[in-house]
Amino acid sequence: MATQAAQATQNIILAGFGGQGILFAGKLIAYAGLLEGREVSWLPSYGPEMRGGTANCSVCLSDEPIGSPLVVSPDVLVALNQPSFDKFEHDIAPNGLALIDSSLVNCTEKRDDLHLVGFPATKLAEEAGLKGLANVVTVGRLFAEIGFCKKETLFAAVEKCVSAAKIALVEKNKEALELGIASFEEMKKVSERRPRKEGE
Amino acid sequence: MSEKVLMKGNEALAESALRAGCRFFFGYPITPQTELAAYMSKRMPKEGGTFLQAESEIAAINMVYGASAAGARVMTSSSSPGISLKGEGISYMAGADLPGVIINIQRGGPGLGGIQPSQADYAQATHALGHGDLHVIVYAPSTVQEMADCAYSAFDVADKYRTPVMILADGMLGQMMEPVVLPEPKNTAPEKPWATVGHNHARPHNIVNSLFLSADKLEGKIKERFERYEVIKRDEPRAENFMTDDAEIVVMAFGASARIARSAVVSAREAGIKAGLIRPITLWPFPAFAIEETIATAKSYLSVEMNMGQMVDDIRLVVAGRAPVEFFGHTGGVIPTPQEVLAKIEAMHEAIGGKAAEAAAALTGGKAGA
Repeated sequence: MATQAAQATQNIILAGFGGQGILFAGKLIAYAGLLEGREVSWLPSYGPEMRGGTANCSVCLSDEPIGSPLVVSPDVLVALNQPSFDKFEHDIAPNGLALIDSSLVNCTEKRDDLHLVGFPATKLAEEAGLKGLANVVTVGRLFAEIGFCKKETLFAAVEKCVSAAKIALVEKNKEALELGIASFEEMKKVSERRPRKEGE
Repeated sequence: MSEKVLMKGNEALAESALRAGCRFFFGYPITPQTELAAYMSKRMPKEGGTFLQAESEIAAINMVYGASAAGARVMTSSSSPGISLKGEGISYMAGADLPGVIINIQRGGPGLGGIQPSQADYAQATHALGHGDLHVIVYAPSTVQEMADCAYSAFDVADKYRTPVMILADGMLGQMMEPVVLPEPKNTAPEKPWATVGHNHARPHNIVNSLFLSADKLEGKIKERFERYEVIKRDEPRAENFMTDDAEIVVMAFGASARIARSAVVSAREAGIKAGLIRPITLWPFPAFAIEETIATAKSYLSVEMNMGQMVDDIRLVVAGRAPVEFFGHTGGVIPTPQEVLAKIEAMHEAIGGKAAEAAAALTGGKAGA
């Protein structure tokens, strides 16, 4: 756990349609970093693309003061729709991670230096009665993939980001995180039988 | 100490102003400043204060004039085109010696320009925020924490010198979230015996006014005000010098571009280049002292700005020919990358190295010839 928390800078871009909760997902990650005493920044797109197109935000977690909060070459891209994946795929740093919602995005890989993980976040969320929480399911999966914080911190971050007045919603968000983490465990079980293409 | 929370720069400015005792806010919506006014609209009534969305920026700044004249702690905020509209009112405030805080979350200009982050109002803020012989103290925070700290102290500074104070930020700083520890609420506004408040004829009338039709009287007023400006220039300049002790290439940048420049300076150091950063925290008064501290080791200066080169002129005035001063920037809402700034530093480093080699060669050649 300590080694997970002490890892180097993470520069993340999260992108999707407006309404998918992209900015919230980014805030959740940033808050987890804050709770662990790291340097964090969260920068949303606020331009015309927000009006009826894609929403995106840059999140940086670091142990050093953060320079530009605008992520140009992300280590991690989270894409919840096709235009976002198409827009940012080429910007991902070599050997970076692309985490995409395969229920909504066609995951054809154009680069061979990416760790591409497609998983059906929206479908999983809907099947579990967590409609509208694919964003948080995806944060759970990202946590399982790269461990950007301790697990308990992630759940504490939910309590900071969701109004305490909405206890039911806090619980739903935690369920969504668990669902995302479980999808990773499930995938690992499958890959033990069938080695993963990405090879870890 | 308060808990560390994650907040947008715009919200931190608003919350901190409330904690500094600001009880009047007048504004008009504009991107990328809107969250500030929205936050005030929610919080101000709970503090027993007044939030009012005026019919225009011009109306808002004149309401600031009125509230300030009545002795209140008052603030307005806008973004570039809206600040131009407020220029007249700011000049009236300066002419009437009225304190107040004005926030500019800059966007691209001129005209309506764009809505992406920019620093193109540097010259306006520092040299001509309104007509007439006037200065306004200008702060340029570069983190959300510093935005909170500036908003908290700006009211005290404004009251101390009876002058408008501007906090000059931009769309990036306003929109981004960072951890921030908010200051404790205070109520330390000084007595304002000059304020136009009711007194039941207990004293002569106070008059707040910027109209002086006698030239001699107006000149006297302005000269008195400029004596105060001298005190401000002596006591208030602030800057942060980073890795400048032995710096040969001294980068100078404020606000958002200082964050980018700092990353570039760190990378340059890793590459063995003696680079450093001067980050002005006050833009007026301009922190000339911070440049003087570097002049002995500096071989050249680089101003990094999100405009076509405005602060670079002020740096040249201080450096006064003692070293070359170069510029790098983007404008219109384009944000420079640390890589671009690093490339510029490397090019300057090479040029210095080249010149040094030439000079050495010339020296050797001279000796050989003698």
